[in-house]
Amino acid sequence: MTSLPSLPTPKKLGLVIDLDICVGCHACVVSCKEWNTGGYGAALSDQDPYGADVSGTFLNRIHSFEVLPEGAEKIGEAGDARIVHFPKSCLHCEDAPCVTVCPTGASYKRADDGIVLVDEDMCIGCGLCAWACPYGAREMDVAAGVMKKCTLCIDRIYNETMEEVDRVPSCVRTCPTNARHYGDLADPTSGVSKMVAARGGIDLMPEQGTKPVNKYLPPRPRKPLAESAMPLAENSPAASGFFAWLDGMLERI
Amino acid sequence: MHPALSIIVFTTLSGFGYGLAAVLGFGLLDPQFVATKIAHILALFLIAGGLASSTLHLGNPQRAWRALSQWRTSWLSREGVLAIATFIPLCIAAYGAIFHDRYLPLPGIIGAIMSGITVYCTSMIYASMKSVQAWHTRLTPATYLLFSGAGGALLGVVFAVISGSGVLFLMFLSVIFLAAAWAVKSRWRRRMERMQPLSTPESATGLGFIGEVRLFERPHTNDNYLTREMGFQIARKHAAKLVQMSYMLGGVVPVVLLMLTLVAGAAAYAVAITFVTLAVIAHFAGVFVERWLFFAEARHAVMNYYGR
Ligand code: SF4
Ligand code: SF4
Repeated sequence: MTSLPSLPTPKKLGLVIDLDICVGCHACVVSCKEWNTGGYGAALSDQDPYGADVSGTFLNRIHSFEVLPEGAEKIGEAGDARIVHFPKSCLHCEDAPCVTVCPTGASYKRADDGIVLVDEDMCIGCGLCAWACPYGAREMDVAAGVMKKCTLCIDRIYNETMEEVDRVPSCVRTCPTNARHYGDLADPTSGVSKMVAARGGIDLMPEQGTKPVNKYLPPRPRKPLAESAMPLAENSPAASGFFAWLDGMLERI
Repeated sequence: MHPALSIIVFTTLSGFGYGLAAVLGFGLLDPQFVATKIAHILALFLIAGGLASSTLHLGNPQRAWRALSQWRTSWLSREGVLAIATFIPLCIAAYGAIFHDRYLPLPGIIGAIMSGITVYCTSMIYASMKSVQAWHTRLTPATYLLFSGAGGALLGVVFAVISGSGVLFLMFLSVIFLAAAWAVKSRWRRRMERMQPLSTPESATGLGFIGEVRLFERPHTNDNYLTREMGFQIARKHAAKLVQMSYMLGGVVPVVLLMLTLVAGAAAYAVAITFVTLAVIAHFAGVFVERWLFFAEARHAVMNYYGR
């Protein structure tokens, strides 16, 4: 059904992504593709996989942005520019425009946990939902002709044949820096909700009125790069103990 | 947005078809004449051809019937349902004209109104997209409806000239619709050119509190579905030329040709037919360019993540 659930869903399962921590390693991109190409629905196909013009379907992509501090016209003018690595997948919006535009009923938002899914057997591949999503979270699979999107790894999070620790989305399980967190954002006592409250978690493009469930934790302020720079020591007058001895020995050589 | 040929052909052809159907539905062409009967068939063919073309861009067209189910929320679904329902009065009206030389006012007028509503639904597919700011305005359905009316009236002129009846009123209608359509379209353009972007790289990333956000690296070096589908870009200078072309072909040339037809008068039957046919062809070409630009120039919010 492409009508949205009439009440706020009792659970709002989603991700919290920490932009302060992500190092842009793309491990979650790979693990997402790996898990989801063999899981829910059609495989995530690649076109011209070994050629020069390779492209394929991904449910999670990492962009990298350069942020020039306020007041600067060029880099270094008003402080250091920052690189922010930015993972992006479906935000499982509360007011999901992708769902209501779907003519077939293939796109739907689950009333109990708020996950936005595509029933691929009903999808005609019209692409309208991908147009409606301002975030670019939906990609048509060229081989299957159906719409693919993040399922929040619905085949992991409720999967009782897996060990408890693995019952989280693949990207969350994989992230080597723990920049990705999964939980219920409707429950103020959940770990993710506490993180959002403590760090001032933000919505992407709030002006689009989609009310995303996923939140992003903004990068923390950073001290100027010059402060952490380590000048190469010409001599070592402060050395003591073993290092003073070593210093002396090396001088004599 | 990527200007997909199948969608452009669909919106222009079906727009003309519904316009002609409305002209016939209001009884502006006399069903005694063979030309009017042909007009009925042409209207149905244009509509059906447009619909068939629209299924070409589907990934799984064999399931297209499912698209009729979600009319409660989806403009695409509403359009599908109405397009099919509108065939009923249009076919009845065509039957009356073709086989009984009769104009049937009830199915005619119902068909004309439903044609208008169907065109409105088509335009709302685009106008309802908040993610594509250029489209997200009431002016979008206004342009679609007016272009459909202009195309229908111009086609009507051709058939009226062939039968030699009801020419003047349809010419008058054509000029009114052409003027209104291009006037609204230029307001639509001005709005697009002047609007402040609703979403920016800063709001898209939430990093605006630090400063100006620029793309440093895309997710992958090559294009993907999103950049192909939503990252279409056209050079400004090319767009400007195409805009001029669409105004000329779609508006100025048809009006001039209609005037020339009037001057030539009834004396030159063949000349008149040639002129009005050329007017239709020019208008079709102009609207085709206009529709191409409608997609090609519209920027999608997702491009804030792709530095375009
Ligand atoms: S992020 Fe896009 S695809 Fe996901 S729910 Fe929101 S609008 Fe739909
Ligand atoms: S592509 Fe599929 S899921 Fe998306 S709107 Fe069309 S039918 Fe619905």
